[in-house]
Amino acid sequence: MTAILETRGLSRNFGGLKAVTDVDFTLEAGEIRAVIGPNGAGKTTFVGLISGRVAPSAGTILFEGADISHLPAFRRVRLGIAYTFQITSIYAKLTVAENVDLASHQRGTTDTRSCLEQVGLGDRASQVAGTLAYGHQRLLEVAMGLALRPKLLILDEPTQGLSDGEIDNFIELVRTLSKRATVLLIEHNMPVVMSLAHRITVLDRGSILAEGTPEAIRANPAVQAAYLGTADA
Amino acid sequence: MTARIVLLHLAVLLLLFALQFIASDYVILTLTRIMVLAVYASGYNLLFGYSGLLSLGHAMFFATGLYAAAIGTTRAGLSVPEAFLAATLIGVVVSSIMGVIVLRARGVGFMIVTLMFSQAAFLTVLYFGDYTRGDEGIVILDTIRIFSFLGRTIDLTDPLLRYNLALALLAILVALILVLVRSRFGHVLVAIRENEDRTAMLGYDVARYKFIAFVISGTLSAVSGATYALMFAYAGSTLASIQYSIHPLLWTLLGGASTTLGPMLGTGVMFLLVDFASGFTNVSLLITGAVLIALVLFFPKGILGSIRQRYLKWLP
Amino acid sequence: MSFLPHLLLAVLEGTVAAAVLALSALGLSLVFGVMRVVNVAHGEFFMLGAMLAWWTAKMMPGGPFAGFIAAFIVAPAAVGALAFLTERLLLRRINYDPEATIVATIGLLFVIQQMALTFFGADAKPVAAPFSYRIVFPWFGYSGYKLFVVVASGAVLLGVWWVLSRTRFGLIMRVTQFDRETATAFGIPVNTVYSVVFVAGAALVAVAAVLIVPIQQAHYLMGLDPLLMSFIVVIIGGLGSIKGSVIAAFMIGMTDGVISVFFSPTLASIISTLAVAFVLVVRPQGLFGAETR
Ligand SMILES: Nc1ncnc2c1ncn2[C@@H]1O[C@H](COP(=O)(O)OP(=O)(O)OP(=O)(O)O)[C@@H](O)[C@H]1O
Ligand SMILES: [Mg+2]
Repeated sequence: MTAILETRGLSRNFGGLKAVTDVDFTLEAGEIRAVIGPNGAGKTTFVGLISGRVAPSAGTILFEGADISHLPAFRRVRLGIAYTFQITSIYAKLTVAENVDLASHQRGTTDTRSCLEQVGLGDRASQVAGTLAYGHQRLLEVAMGLALRPKLLILDEPTQGLSDGEIDNFIELVRTLSKRATVLLIEHNMPVVMSLAHRITVLDRGSILAEGTPEAIRANPAVQAAYLGTADA
Repeated sequence: MTARIVLLHLAVLLLLFALQFIASDYVILTLTRIMVLAVYASGYNLLFGYSGLLSLGHAMFFATGLYAAAIGTTRAGLSVPEAFLAATLIGVVVSSIMGVIVLRARGVGFMIVTLMFSQAAFLTVLYFGDYTRGDEGIVILDTIRIFSFLGRTIDLTDPLLRYNLALALLAILVALILVLVRSRFGHVLVAIRENEDRTAMLGYDVARYKFIAFVISGTLSAVSGATYALMFAYAGSTLASIQYSIHPLLWTLLGGASTTLGPMLGTGVMFLLVDFASGFTNVSLLITGAVLIALVLFFPKGILGSIRQRYLKWLP
Repeated sequence: MSFLPHLLLAVLEGTVAAAVLALSALGLSLVFGVMRVVNVAHGEFFMLGAMLAWWTAKMMPGGPFAGFIAAFIVAPAAVGALAFLTERLLLRRINYDPEATIVATIGLLFVIQQMALTFFGADAKPVAAPFSYRIVFPWFGYSGYKLFVVVASGAVLLGVWWVLSRTRFGLIMRVTQFDRETATAFGIPVNTVYSVVFVAGAALVAVAAVLIVPIQQAHYLMGLDPLLMSFIVVIIGGLGSIKGSVIAAFMIGMTDGVISVFFSPTLASIISTLAVAFVLVVRPQGLFGAETR
């Protein structure tokens, strides 16, 4: 297996606050990796560093072996890193199809229809995006991510606001997708994590606390103390 | 759908063409002025309406064209077509340089910074009074404005010829704007206006798009300024003042921001309003102020924007 | 006059300009800092303050001193009242939307300016200084009133600083500035705070106008300069940063004074603007503003 993404000593401070500290992280091509951790652990900041939304204070990021630490975000997107926002960020005044069009046109494709169908929004193409239910707006984000045809798809808490049925569909979707792209998934919903992730990385206070298979993470006492213990209770 | 849009714009241009056969001399002159300034307003709208960048300093680009044409013809010995071309090129250069600087500021910062640069340009006009003749202004002699071009004599003192030239310029502009805003490029501009962050995360080079929109907008303003100077034979510092940065904002807001015909309509309506009220002498600025406040409070989408919202959803 | 005395004169003039500029820029900055809106009519509040000072001094019997004291009360109060109405009837109704506020206050700028022209006329209006003591240097005499302006501005600035950093109201303002939602959650009457801040910003610039009017005559077009200078100061000082505004006012006022004395005021303004360009290219958030990304 080859690494699609690698970070070395990656750090970001906000003033005195160390949101991400000295993270060495490797992601294999084709895997589904979950990143979990308590609120404020630095997960969003970490993937922000990878996608280029946040500038690093120190460290390097390698994507397919090339140093991308100083590339602006849009160039990283063109290299194949797609990012869906934790706080929904869509074009509220445009229609659902227009939203996805903006993504597929950037890639020079006409994938809009199929992307919408994959996430289950096929019948809502002409609805104004701002009028979608919250969960559907999250799915629209995912559809935009798909339309970018990424090599690495970063999903920041995509199942927030989805119903149980929609979550099941979503799990299926990510499984299918992972045949084409590597997936980096931030998720609080443990059943989703456990059923999807090949490996799990646990972030706590900006550092990697543990990393391993779902079983290993479940059995790890440190993780249980820091995170799972409270979540499972 | 597209046919309907093209037909509408053709109809507006045809109506303007037909008007010259029935309108009085005064109306012809006013309409010429409106059409030339509508180019300014439409250029402004590309940036403000479509890209969401509110500039308070476009007078610097208008003045760039104005003075380039006036100084070019009166001092540098250029012919009218040469001066027009030179003014356009200088417009490209000046708006490119300004774009690099002012686009670094965002939101409110952008508005203030454009305002200030425009004021610096205005002060520069005054500072070099030897060349610009400041407040008094440069007058372009009629001998310069009658010239031969491609073997024909063109007389810019002839009101009807001016009218038709202005109309031709406007037609080109309308076509350009229509094509631009309906192209992928135009859609990305709207995307940037609606959600800049998201657009960058879809892989678009937002800074480049904004820069291009800025340069087109500034250049169109310069073209309008150059036309104004050459057609009306005058370039004075008032035309470079802050007031002239506010005018296109007002016209665009009144007619409807991010509509293709709104800026033109707004320019026309504002001229009518001021004309109508000028019985009370020199109230044009008071009206400008009052209309701005009223628009913001009661009518934020402007005339065409409201019509589009209520009745004609397809209006571009 | 030789170089050094000339320089002394320039520095004195610069200090006076800076002191008044700091007051008006502080007004603008305060409003921006707390309410996140830019008041483009700020300069017209200045002009109105100057006009009212002239009018009050003219109406008030008992000589320039009594007139000055009366103006010191009437002008800020009247301008504050107008600001109160503006805040209630205009800004609140557009929900302090930054863009709409700029457009609306541009409208207000023209309305106030043209009203002043209609009611007060186009001629410049002189106001006598409250006292005419002259300080005699070996090379030139200098108006004691101008130095009083510096002292008075300093006192007002100190007063504002004290209110902001040492009083309960200052604390409330800072919470509101930090985040409107949080403030509401803490039971702070955000609307009232906004009214007070907007009125205070206008009163500050009116005080600056009352101070300046014995030095520079009142005129209906005088508002644009302080507006642009305040913008420059606020940008260099960082939008919303009060310490930055005061420091920047002195940098700009001093440069402006010196260049105006040795070269020309127009050149001075052009140079200040270029300073802003430089600041923006190097640090888009201003010299003293906080890092945002
Ligand atoms: N732009 C910013 N400025 C200042 N502090 C920030 C910024 N972004 C994040 N932080 C801080 O960095 C820390 C990590 O935040 P981050 O959003 O990365 O956590 P998270 O793990 O994604 O949390 P959650 O599970 O709530 O989404 C938090 O303390 C947060 O307050
Ligand atoms: Mg997060």
